[in-house]
Amino acid sequence: MSTSEQEKAVLRAIGANDKDAIESIYKEHYGLIQHLVVYNNGTEDDARDIFQEAMMVLYEKAKSPDFELTCQIKTYLYSVSRRLWLKKLQLARRMETQIENFDHVVPVEEDLDEHEKLTNQYLIMRTAMGKIGEPCKSLIEAFYVHQKNMSEIAGFFGYTNADNAKNQKYKCLVRLKKLFFAQYKNG
Amino acid sequence: MEQFQLTELVEKYLKGEMSPLEKESFEEMRRNDAEIDQMVVEYASFLEQISNYGDIRRFKSTIYDIHQNLQEEGIIGELKKKATARIINIWSKYRRVVAVAASIASITALFISGMITLFSPKAPFNDIEELRRKVSSLEKQTTTQRAELTKFQSKIEPGVSVKFGGTSFMVDPKGYLITSAHVIKGAKKVYVQNSEGENFLADIISTDPITDLSVLKINDPDFKAPKMLPYGFKKSSTELSETLFTLGYPKDEIVYNEGYLSAMTGMNGDTLACQISISANPGNSGGPVINKFGEVIGILNARQASANGVVFATKSKNIFKLMQSIKEEDADNNIKINYKSSIKGLSRSQQVRKIQDHVYMVKVVLG
Repeated sequence: MSTSEQEKAVLRAIGANDKDAIESIYKEHYGLIQHLVVYNNGTEDDARDIFQEAMMVLYEKAKSPDFELTCQIKTYLYSVSRRLWLKKLQLARRMETQIENFDHVVPVEEDLDEHEKLTNQYLIMRTAMGKIGEPCKSLIEAFYVHQKNMSEIAGFFGYTNADNAKNQKYKCLVRLKKLFFAQYKNG
Repeated sequence: MEQFQLTELVEKYLKGEMSPLEKESFEEMRRNDAEIDQMVVEYASFLEQISNYGDIRRFKSTIYDIHQNLQEEGIIGELKKKATARIINIWSKYRRVVAVAASIASITALFISGMITLFSPKAPFNDIEELRRKVSSLEKQTTTQRAELTKFQSKIEPGVSVKFGGTSFMVDPKGYLITSAHVIKGAKKVYVQNSEGENFLADIISTDPITDLSVLKINDPDFKAPKMLPYGFKKSSTELSETLFTLGYPKDEIVYNEGYLSAMTGMNGDTLACQISISANPGNSGGPVINKFGEVIGILNARQASANGVVFATKSKNIFKLMQSIKEEDADNNIKINYKSSIKGLSRSQQVRKIQDHVYMVKVVLG
């Protein structure tokens, strides 16, 4: 397999939330981003947050079925992190908003706009989830986040069978949908 | 057609779980009924949002785990940064400005002090008066201190019934405590009391009934956050027979007990928990289970009524999971878990002396 083929395989694995692939990326590239942030007025925590957000951007891209990465993963992560960190520095109005380049940079604006949109939707959903109350929150999280099946969920929450759990899940979804769209349409 | 059934169908359709025949009739239904079609579109976009939400949560949890692991293994760590370089930089950049500012300041100061000596009366009376005022202000201070002392003692309002809850201990020196969820069940207010008998009001930040864990945050102006915690948190599992100890409040003062890990799973093979042979009483719930290196390996939560000395503890890796979800829900709760124990080589009694300051009694006011 050529390098680009290998990278493609890694990307697909990242899109599928594959732990080994993500860990290998982490090991390989964390140092570079940490260096970028810490040597430009950032803390260790900033470095972690920026790297993890850049990983999210990569994940979102890798997840979409028609993704294409025109550069190396390393260059992409570096470009995204650099842009994210510049933005954060500007927001915090720290004096220096120049970052010296350690590496080659590619344009990532479009991807970041998309990422911002997704993050926004995620936050609205999170707020809505915070408002639906229990047992709805745990029930919906068990199904959509922890990917338990309905009979497991029935067992967990003490419903007599999967159909009753399904019925409850439906009621919760209706409430969640209302809360979500109330925010989403305003936003 | 019922809404409920429709949502079931949409979910099945989106997941691609329909047989060709079902799919055919579903699509036909959409073509024939514009209203249903509209509902399907709206519902589909909503379901996509939830599944995106789930994906993001799972991915975040994966990278969080990886970060913790790599940090624990020492593969990623802190950069040694030359902190002085930047300060010198700033100094050389702003040296001139500082010099100008300093000279202006000193000229102004000279001018003002000159004016004061010129215009102030030459009698020493003022000084005497001032002294007296100082004494009276001291007196006032003592009174307020006394008032505060009394206030402090009666922080828990008289007349409310305080149910004695259990034990909790600190996970983050910013005032975050962890305890068992059942300890604070039905609580209207939660107070925690440290080993010196001081009471603090605490907020309930999060509760997870499945792992039986709850996170509290001390919300009290009198609370002074410690610099760091002596113990660490262990994420990997513990060996059978390893000796363990716990601190807790089965009575009004802190009590030490020791035992060993007797099984890797909890009641009925529950993998979230483990089994410990230790003597524990009601009130020990929520206490830390600590190994000989000073690492927290679990949180005591239950004992078997039918057997003596069989106690169950929630494994400490569940704490990491809960903290992650708290951080995700509210970025303000930036809880950091210390995984390195700083009391590894100390004798047991020295370890306990260091740990006990961070173990709190939980008092619950029922609503």
